[in-house]
Amino acid sequence: MNLAAIVAVSAATLLAGFYGLRLARTTSDFYVASRAVSPVANASAIGGEYLSAASFLGVAGLVLTNGADMLWLPVGWTGGYLVLLVLVSAPLRRSGAYTLPDFAEARLESMAVRRASALLVVLIGWLYLLPQLQTAGRVLAAVTGGPRWTGGALVAAIVIIGVWSGGMRSITLVQAFQYWLKLTALAVPLVFLLIAWRGDGSPGVSDPTWLLPLQQEHQLYATYSLILATFLGTMGLPHVLVRFYTNPEGRAARRTTAVVLGLLGLFYLLPAAYGALGRVYASDLADPDFVVLELPHRLVGGLGGDLLGALLTAGAFAAFLSTSSGLTVSVAGVIGQDLFHGGVRSFRAATLLAIGVPLSVALAVPSSLPVATMVGLAFALAASTFCPLLVLGIWWRGLTAAGALAGLVAGGVLAGGAVVFTVALGAGRGWGATLLAQPGAWTVPVTFLVMILVSRRTAAPAGVARTMVRLHTPEALALDRGDWRPRRV
Amino acid sequence: MTDRRPSRVTVTSPKTRAVARWGGRGTREIDEQTALGEVYMRSLIRAQLRLSLFVCTLLVLVVGGLPLLFWLSGSVRQGRLAGLPVPWLLLAVLLYPLFALCGWWYVRQAEANERDFADLVDRR
Repeated sequence: MNLAAIVAVSAATLLAGFYGLRLARTTSDFYVASRAVSPVANASAIGGEYLSAASFLGVAGLVLTNGADMLWLPVGWTGGYLVLLVLVSAPLRRSGAYTLPDFAEARLESMAVRRASALLVVLIGWLYLLPQLQTAGRVLAAVTGGPRWTGGALVAAIVIIGVWSGGMRSITLVQAFQYWLKLTALAVPLVFLLIAWRGDGSPGVSDPTWLLPLQQEHQLYATYSLILATFLGTMGLPHVLVRFYTNPEGRAARRTTAVVLGLLGLFYLLPAAYGALGRVYASDLADPDFVVLELPHRLVGGLGGDLLGALLTAGAFAAFLSTSSGLTVSVAGVIGQDLFHGGVRSFRAATLLAIGVPLSVALAVPSSLPVATMVGLAFALAASTFCPLLVLGIWWRGLTAAGALAGLVAGGVLAGGAVVFTVALGAGRGWGATLLAQPGAWTVPVTFLVMILVSRRTAAPAGVARTMVRLHTPEALALDRGDWRPRRV
Repeated sequence: MTDRRPSRVTVTSPKTRAVARWGGRGTREIDEQTALGEVYMRSLIRAQLRLSLFVCTLLVLVVGGLPLLFWLSGSVRQGRLAGLPVPWLLLAVLLYPLFALCGWWYVRQAEANERDFADLVDRR
């Protein structure tokens, strides 16, 4: 039955992709859905793309293992959109850029900053894709008993077919559908689980200290660092930003983001409940990432448990597919444009590279850290590089190309190094390990500082006044906004 | 679902439009980057930045204050309300509608700032 659920989700995704094929005509269609997507559809698509396996499976698993402190993770992943809304959304859409490297080029008029941004987009995208594919492999192996490589390979194949056939247009429809699928797939079983839990006499957790925050060593620092990384990292994720260009103009981008806040808040009410039920009924699980899928069998059982389990498996697969295709499109867009010649053929070749590299790593190393921990590291890297670039670039005329480049290098090396150490050595104890596992609290301020100090000593780009007009004025006003266009069109 | 094609629009560069139009004194000052045009632009950016920083400050106080509150106050950390532990009630439930509310309020204010700016510069 689980297999049937996976087949159904995959088939629905592919069908929607083929439907999109008839609509996608030009390069512009391919990348950004011709910018003709309504705010609610776009918000659903953003939600669908954003809610990855880390949200669907990972948060409940981390809550089960580590308790109340992990509730900050979904709070940050939602609050990050509020920060993005107030600091970035409308100006970014008005910049007219398709990708983060485009924005860097438009604002700083520098190819060096553009290339550094392109490299970072690819790194962050791969860091985010890797745990999705690893978890897909583990889940498919667990529900079918097959080998571990099948899950990641299946997700990669569907993503490639979907992206090749329709580009972003088809993906927008698929993603919007997948938000609602994921919400239903998590909400409906929870109702039955809670009924079963009440029928069982509403047992509480055996160790009440698990309910309390700040139990572990250096947890106050770790909590603040996690808050900083998630709240500021959201705006720097490549698959989040590319969605903003599908809004017709800056005002719509803002409204879309506000709707996204509501949709995410609705979804994130659910995983904590799974984590708490998991602590009561499934604290013996060897792999806590599976708690969401395991609970129906333990609490409901029988055919009902199998059906609910199949629904949850479908939701988990929707999460693998939607996040992976969103990331693949944005990474491929950057590779296609900055490494190859641009255009639809380059984009198709770049798609293979964008998902092929993390797939190879996932096949070689089937599991490492919990999925939500890995995704948290991608957020820390984004917060330490793109957040300062965007915030200073949009609100401070003084940001220069040299300053931006120095900041990207500093943040990329420091946060990237911390990520490599944490992934290679695993979660350790003591101050050193904590500083590396949650680097945001020191890497983000360092990047801001480097960008500001170097910018102070160098000259701002010549067209900065015109760029500010472009970023901040409403489109309805007839103003000279300069003639920069992304190179693709 | 077949008529998702966007409606036809005239494609013009904003530059050509700006040059072709007459009146709207403020927009011309901005286009020619005069001192007055700079003042207009700075006033818009400052108004929007002030609004954004207000929301960010609110976030710092509420979100940044909670871990400290849990750290300092044992009664908050261990308290219960409506059958739920207080930290769980705050983190897993109450923060989400607060974020959505802040977002909605911000969108209204930011659009009002833009309307004020448009009225200011588009006067003939």
